[in-house]
Amino acid sequence: MKTCLVVDDSKVIRKVARHILETLNFTVREAGDGREALDACLTDSPDVVLLDWNMPVMSGMDFLRALKESGISEKPKVVFCTTENGMAYIRAAIEAGADEYVMKPFDRETLQSKLQIVGVA
Amino acid sequence: MMPPGPPTFASAGATNVIGALLEQRTGQQIAANRAWRVETALKPVLRDHGLETLDQLVGRLAGERNGPLADAVVNALLNQETSFFRDAGVIETVVEAARALQAETPGRRLRIWSAGCSVGQEPYSLAMLFEELAVSRGFAMPEIVATDVCPSALARARAGRYSQFEIQRGLPVRRMVTWFDSIDGEWVVRPELARRVQFRCHNLTRDPAPIGKFDIVLCRNVLLYFASAVRRSVFDTLRSATREGGLLVLGAGETVIGQTDAFRPSERFRGFYQADGGQPAPARVSVR
Ligand SMILES: C[S@@+](CC[C@H](N)C(=O)[O-])C[C@H]1O[C@@H](n2cnc3c(N)ncnc32)[C@H](O)[C@@H]1O
Repeated sequence: MKTCLVVDDSKVIRKVARHILETLNFTVREAGDGREALDACLTDSPDVVLLDWNMPVMSGMDFLRALKESGISEKPKVVFCTTENGMAYIRAAIEAGADEYVMKPFDRETLQSKLQIVGVA
Repeated sequence: MMPPGPPTFASAGATNVIGALLEQRTGQQIAANRAWRVETALKPVLRDHGLETLDQLVGRLAGERNGPLADAVVNALLNQETSFFRDAGVIETVVEAARALQAETPGRRLRIWSAGCSVGQEPYSLAMLFEELAVSRGFAMPEIVATDVCPSALARARAGRYSQFEIQRGLPVRRMVTWFDSIDGEWVVRPELARRVQFRCHNLTRDPAPIGKFDIVLCRNVLLYFASAVRRSVFDTLRSATREGGLLVLGAGETVIGQTDAFRPSERFRGFYQADGGQPAPARVSVR
């Protein structure tokens, strides 16, 4: 079973994502901001991170940069999952090294499709 | 005695008449396990025409079997489920096969037919891969012809406008930003990709095959609900459009085995079918 770390400051979004991911046979862990997510990755790196953009303490973008610089050998795939749906944001995420991008609102099919594209589903 | 119930929305008779109209126009049969969808699918049509029940609809259709109402009914009932890079491995094998065929006949421009292309994701997926191959290896861009029986699907395909949900199904984000523009909340295919695909209206059960031979013909998830006689005749049409040694690509649940001698499983490309050397049967122009 693959592990997905859901990083979002909204409890509701985390719950929705968890529900979908569990039906896709993922073990789900949660983090409320980028800092918590980084700690979680340093302790026990998941297969994939589903990452919100705007969060308190540490944004998704800052998390991604920190992750790239961290010494984690088996880096997780990173899938942004955000309401920032503009082209400039998407391009910036790709440039920073994101593997995929989910524009909110999303449904099960979208999530499944993107996880298949990055090779974890 | 049972009290009379409320007026039913659909009688079995009405569903049969509507099913017959769909089959006569497109060859598609409504499978028993999908009959329940008829009512849901037709609700917008009823609303647009100020009708309340399927029986009323059938009454109106009796007088105008070829008018815009009948067209709207047929369009609403066609299953147009599709996505970018549907069965991604298959789409990649098409490109691999195209490279092999091109290597055998250098200098000739390959031709690919996407039959039953729905709203366009299948031919655009191919066009993206071939464009990438053109850039990375100088591969000559094949001609891509995409057809469907449904005019409204073709109009959407030509416009190349996709909702946020459609654009996120199957399409990797890098390709999305390379080939699409974000306009008013929709994703619109860029002109340089759009011009790689020619869309045309074509009914597989009635029209002769497009002129000229194709090297690869995709007809995926279209034949599933044809009656077997119709399917056989469509295989003949597809065969008449395929160059000798050319390939036919079907959907995951479809096969030629036991259905036609016009194609046989390809030894080189798993899951694909090859047009046999024998004389192709003449394409039948009309099924009924
Ligand atoms: C389920 S979609 C498949 C789309 C695409 N080939 C794919 O696999 O994703 C089937 C398409 O076949 C079209 N179709 C159905 N009957 C047809 C016919 N007789 N001639 C041409 N197209 C037909 C429908 O309008 C629909 O767009």
